[in-house]
Amino acid sequence: MSGSYVIALISATVIAATPLVFAAVGELVAERAGVLNLGVEGMMLVGALAAFIVSTHSGSLLLGFAAGAGAGLALALLFALLTLTLQTNQVATGLALTLFGSGLSAVLGRPYAGHPGATMPVLFHFDAAVYLALAMVPFTAWVLNRTRVGLLIRAVGESPQTAHALGKAVQSLRYGAVGFGGLLSGLGGAYLSMAVTPMWVEGLTAGRGWIALALVVFSIWKPWRVLLGAWLFGGMTVLQLHAQALGLPVPGEFMSMLPYLATILVLVLICRNPRLLRLNQPASLGRPFHAEH
Amino acid sequence: MNDAALPRLQLRGITRRYGSVLANDGIDLTVMPGEIHALLGENGSGKSTLSRIICGLTRPDAGSIEWEGRDVAPLNPSRARALGIGMVFQHFALFESLTVAENIALSLQGSGREAELAARIKEVSTRYGLPLDPARLVASMSAGERQRVEIVRCLLQQPRLLILDEPTSVLSPAAIGVLFGALRQLAAEGLSILFISHKLDEVRALCARATVLRAGRVAGTPGPEAFDNASLLRLMLGAEPAACRLEPQSAGAPMLELEGYVLPSEDPFGIDLTDLSFAVHAGEIAGIAGISGHGQRELVAALAGETQRGQRGRLRIAGHDVTDLPVAARRAVGLALVPEERLGRGAVVSMSLAGNALLTGARHGLVRRGFIHHAATHAVAQRIISAFDVRTPGTRATAAQLSGGNLQKFIVGREIMLAPRVLVVAQPTWGVDVGAALRIRQSLIDLRTQGCGVLVISEDLEELFQICDRIAVIRDGRLSAFQSRAETSLQQIGQMMSAGAAVHA
Amino acid sequence: MPDWLPALERRPAPSSVMRMAAPLLAALAITLTALLAFAALDLSPWSGLYTFFISPIASAYGVGEWLLKATPLALCALGLSIAFRANVWNIGAEGQSTAGAITGGGVALYLAPQLGGAGVPVMLFAGIAGGMLWAAIPAWLRTRFNTSEILTSLMLVYVAQLLLAWLMHGHWQDPQGFNYPQSRAFDDALILPLLADGQRATSAVWMTALLALATWVLVRWSYAGYRMWVGGEAPAAARYAGFSEARSVWLGMLISGGAAGLAGIAEVAGPIGRLQTSISPGYGFAAIIVAFVGRLHPLGVVLAALLMSLLYLGGEAAQLELGLPAAVTGIFQGLLLFYLLAADVFTHYRLRRPPVARPA
Repeated sequence: MSGSYVIALISATVIAATPLVFAAVGELVAERAGVLNLGVEGMMLVGALAAFIVSTHSGSLLLGFAAGAGAGLALALLFALLTLTLQTNQVATGLALTLFGSGLSAVLGRPYAGHPGATMPVLFHFDAAVYLALAMVPFTAWVLNRTRVGLLIRAVGESPQTAHALGKAVQSLRYGAVGFGGLLSGLGGAYLSMAVTPMWVEGLTAGRGWIALALVVFSIWKPWRVLLGAWLFGGMTVLQLHAQALGLPVPGEFMSMLPYLATILVLVLICRNPRLLRLNQPASLGRPFHAEH
Repeated sequence: MNDAALPRLQLRGITRRYGSVLANDGIDLTVMPGEIHALLGENGSGKSTLSRIICGLTRPDAGSIEWEGRDVAPLNPSRARALGIGMVFQHFALFESLTVAENIALSLQGSGREAELAARIKEVSTRYGLPLDPARLVASMSAGERQRVEIVRCLLQQPRLLILDEPTSVLSPAAIGVLFGALRQLAAEGLSILFISHKLDEVRALCARATVLRAGRVAGTPGPEAFDNASLLRLMLGAEPAACRLEPQSAGAPMLELEGYVLPSEDPFGIDLTDLSFAVHAGEIAGIAGISGHGQRELVAALAGETQRGQRGRLRIAGHDVTDLPVAARRAVGLALVPEERLGRGAVVSMSLAGNALLTGARHGLVRRGFIHHAATHAVAQRIISAFDVRTPGTRATAAQLSGGNLQKFIVGREIMLAPRVLVVAQPTWGVDVGAALRIRQSLIDLRTQGCGVLVISEDLEELFQICDRIAVIRDGRLSAFQSRAETSLQQIGQMMSAGAAVHA
Repeated sequence: MPDWLPALERRPAPSSVMRMAAPLLAALAITLTALLAFAALDLSPWSGLYTFFISPIASAYGVGEWLLKATPLALCALGLSIAFRANVWNIGAEGQSTAGAITGGGVALYLAPQLGGAGVPVMLFAGIAGGMLWAAIPAWLRTRFNTSEILTSLMLVYVAQLLLAWLMHGHWQDPQGFNYPQSRAFDDALILPLLADGQRATSAVWMTALLALATWVLVRWSYAGYRMWVGGEAPAAARYAGFSEARSVWLGMLISGGAAGLAGIAEVAGPIGRLQTSISPGYGFAAIIVAFVGRLHPLGVVLAALLMSLLYLGGEAAQLELGLPAAVTGIFQGLLLFYLLAADVFTHYRLRRPPVARPA
């Protein structure tokens, strides 16, 4: 195996990992605030489609990304309205969001199915979005651990009741965290449809949104570990695609199963240790909070 | 009107209703600057609701709130804080996963530098005799230490009124002395303090004046001349309290035995149970006293069988070795349990009383061949309701619709009606109104008369001395020897509970 | 929250009136949405409504299609309702359905021809067993390794679909099939009998009715159902009472997995008649919505399945007659669940009464 081939594999890994990094970091912030948003897959899909449509029509990649982020944000705000203001069940609402996002993107994307998209300019093998994703990790870590906003988010994630008793704007913080999650998920989807596989097909994400959710658990809610997990999964995707070239005698379908099986493995490794979860999982994750008056 | 005579806080006609319960009914309260004012009352008298209204967590349905002469209603938590009202909750408003400094930073408005805040925390906490390390994780702190964080947090915001809700329930006698010293120092500096409690000794030792609540109304506002037990109790309860009668009787065979029992805690900051050996006999009530957080919860869970990982030693119920048996098997040999948490553990909140009767009562023939006889569940629930004077619309009412006292009577009644060999009860009358508490204690005594073995784990020393034959102290997961009630005293047990005294097995 | 927005306050007890009304409100809202959509697309609202909701079931054949599509939805959703009540979030019914199709289909293709009359029951049991096996994996992972079943059951959906694809492109492919990824057709003896001639619904409808009855008995009358429900509603109380959480998880997953497996084999041995790569337009996921809209109650679930089936049929009719894309059904499904969740809010909360005026 030549050096340039290895470099190509590594850069393919990083590129494949980027949508996961975006989506997982975004969901991590939402979950640190105590909100479990299972709609990541749906948000990525609408983000992917919006970015594809806008970039195709306008010719501007930047506008495409903005549209993707906006679409993800819009869906996330819908989720926030239902779960935070109307107190609906977070699990059910997240599922509904995914189903709705899948359906919506499938319907609106029909005219664009199978069309190739634009290519992105590249700097040292990677385009700007990759660098942005990489930068999101230390940025998020810094915000969460060193700023007041981050402190508030962590507090709300542990106990919204206590935060409310202290006079904190729990709902606003959660809206913000969920919105941020949607924004990044939309960006992740946008990157998928504009760079990774520059085209639109129905169900483009193929479960990446769910893998991103698993990555948040794997990262035990610490941003740097998201990067580690995303690279692992990115690597797996790349391996899958290059299996034939590498001469592996495994049928294509089984290679395709790898990311999903790996996700299960990764989850088990983390969850089997209840102490680890207790120490790191936001205590109020998934539970509704209603401020009494 | 000059400033000295202007009350810091004046409540007039405060009224608040929760569903069908009138928690506060036309309450007036006046606190002067530099005064330590007691808010006295039994559980269910309306103290908590009133304090929540003062610090802005709840809005009154009617009434006015005046702060230093100005009308300030409606209040919310941040406005109250801005005015200078600080509250130290009974159940701390702290984030376990954050440090002391981070917790305090959350309450302060400006985002000051970390180092500055740490220094201020150290300085203020030491000044009042409550030293703190700003970098410690709250999860690693004891209840007494956490209370210090709460107090220092309030103090750093330059409060003009400090509300303390039952602050001494988690403190050893020595720590109580330290706290009182700090409070006196603060009052001398002009801070008004509202001291919410039901402990008469403490009120006498600390407070200038008291407002006594009873059933949501003000029963009286005695000054120090009327601070004797009899008058205060009469105000709080409306009449002389009935005492429970405990006839001496000889104990029978051991119903609950622990031998060298050890249980390491799964929680990194929890309490390990070490070398527990004792027995509870038929026809006696044994009590375990202790400050909250010294292993009581772990002990109850271990006796129930809910946590068994890593345990060593032997546990026997009615002669059967149940150490490795699950919860259901232990109940089958005669264990009944009233847990500390009523809602969500002792009873299912959204389920009817009939359904809750079935929770542990399947044995009454409510389940035949895997199918539930609904009529029978209602009958059993009705028996419990009648026998234990549970005030409820009926067996279809949900647990959520009952008051704390009535739900506790139901749960205690349900367990007693299982005719167990041994009954373990944790905090039997916590948060329960006086009448229900009396009823519950009497039921435990009646159970003892019938030959059951009863183990009561409680933080209420007076209660233990009322109903127990023998008492021991749990501290840091270890148990002292049991002493018969006649051979010991409140003071002695209180001393054993505090840090620094050796606990002998 | 700004003061001018009506605030919500918790009801002392959930309103049973609203609990019944919420699905009806949601159905109403969906109908209104459809009307709006038609208006926006310049179609006559009423004819659009007729095309979408009425025309599909206006004939005997249409009723058969209605029941046909409702059957797998109801089968999966009945099983899911039991699991969800116990707080066991089986999201992978789609995968369990696929697994059931594989095992049942494998029996149909390779084993059953030797079994003669016993072929159909064996095939069905194999389908149920396949679904149970696929659901046992997340159950085991949860009880043994404390891993949430949401993501594990979902990941297994993809794995099951890939497994089916592998079989359809390889060992089980019909040699006379012109290289299509599908198996040979099942023998006639193994195809489920039709309800009546002239339409496609099969005896699976009776199985569904039976399952609905069994579910009702389990939920209302059985001690096991009671223990599962307490385990979901108040896990601490279940532990206190000695109810085994592991048992509830296993029961919930196995029952819902088996039901999904049955749905899978019933589809494959019914209208489809063979194994192929795509055997379900997302029934396993739609069943989640059906379970919720049906309030996790057997009768409600059956009615909700009929409603959802109508949405599927309506989507197809809209595609043919109105030129709308077929995937519009997906949007409506998601919206239906949103509306239900929103309407459900009022079961537990009510609009806050304004505070009593203070004396001057």
